Amino acid sequence: MMDSSVKIINEWDIVAARQLGRNVAKELGFGTVDQARITTAISELARNIYLYAGQGEITIEKIENEAKKGIIIISRDAGPGISDLRKVMEDGFSTSGGLGAGLPGVKRLMDEFSIESDPRKGTLIQSVKWLR
Amino acid sequence: MDFRDAMLDNYKEILKTYISDQTEQALYLSEKFSRKLLECKVSPEEMISLHKTSVMELEPDLPESLLLSLDILLEVMMAYGLAYREHQSLRTIQRELINEIEVAASMQQTLLGTKIPSLSFLDIGAISVPAKQMSGDYYHFVSHENGAISVAIADIIGKGIPAALCMSMIKYSMDSMPDDSQAPGDVLERLNRVVEQNVDPTMFITMFSGLYYPENHTFHYSSAGHEPGFFYNGEKGTFEELKAKGLLLGVDKKAKYNEYERKVEVGDAILLMSDGVTECRTEDGFLEVDTLIGYIEKYIELGAQDIADKVYKELEYLQDFQLRDDFTLIILKRMA
Repeated sequence: MMDSSVKIINEWDIVAARQLGRNVAKELGFGTVDQARITTAISELARNIYLYAGQGEITIEKIENEAKKGIIIISRDAGPGISDLRKVMEDGFSTSGGLGAGLPGVKRLMDEFSIESDPRKGTLIQSVKWLR
Repeated sequence: MDFRDAMLDNYKEILKTYISDQTEQALYLSEKFSRKLLECKVSPEEMISLHKTSVMELEPDLPESLLLSLDILLEVMMAYGLAYREHQSLRTIQRELINEIEVAASMQQTLLGTKIPSLSFLDIGAISVPAKQMSGDYYHFVSHENGAISVAIADIIGKGIPAALCMSMIKYSMDSMPDDSQAPGDVLERLNRVVEQNVDPTMFITMFSGLYYPENHTFHYSSAGHEPGFFYNGEKGTFEELKAKGLLLGVDKKAKYNEYERKVEVGDAILLMSDGVTECRTEDGFLEVDTLIGYIEKYIELGAQDIADKVYKELEYLQDFQLRDDFTLIILKRMA
């Protein structure tokens, strides 16, 4: 099993995270449209770290269960956390400021999405896309 | 994927036609194709990928640079794709909200329902139409044990859901009013206290409260800043404003409401309304009182309910069928 991470500190690290995600997605056999979706999701998560947490890490892994293969993006930071998860998962909340797709966008681009956030510990987001 | 293959064939056909001879026909077909894409919820990035595949199959010798440019186009369209998906989900939410409001509106109709008393000496008609789905107007009739008839009409300043919620409160205060406090001034004083205590200070209610005594055919009334009604003198055929002074409900908890009295003869009528009637707007500005009276006069010989319905129809027509405010009109006509 392959496992690799990119530390997100400045904006260029977003590009590195995308590159890593694209390589893994390509190796798995995702088509160009899905590759674009996966990298857009990675951008969004990495940009959230860069903008709101200051620093953190994006980990990309291949995953597999009995029936299918896929890619998982894990976004981890020790930032201020999100106090109102319901609010950030609402459509129109983050996009209204023109900041991008927001977390609902990531959720739509991927197949699975989970978020844990604690104001003291930061935020952990995991999102999976399965290969069809 | 059958669906994608079918779309691909369809699209390739359109492209081929257009590349060979640039007809309007092919352009029209692509317009139809784009409708189909939306119908099938195909996102922009998928469409670009479809385009790239089609072009590569149709023209295998295209320069690499042109194909690469399509990768950039696909990436650029991602944000549009996300906006498109967000739009779809917001539309679903909007539909849910509309349904919810419809349920609330029909519930309001049930909650605020009042029975128009059927009496030999007094013919009563009423119509109430909300401007939006939920009404901020309210009217209420009570037949008391001693034979007297109470009538109330209220208007929340403001429209829509907040007004409707507020109205429900008025309705329950009215229902819990003891039978011995029928005097219109008392009714308003009580309600004023309820409103003052329970409603947001920015929300005001106007209300007209009346009481008809059948033994001596007098109409007693008080008003809390409400639109004045009209008194129709059947013998002379004249209309006169039912003037009454009083502060809006909810402004001052110590407000007092004077009671006025009017003798009602056979053929006389009392018309009560909300400001949606008098402030009905037309192309030429507000409705003139004379115009309104003209309509009422035109139908005054009819039954009370018919007068209300016909006057509403006239005003609806006058406003191009667009009500700007909730509309309520009540007519009491002495028959015997």
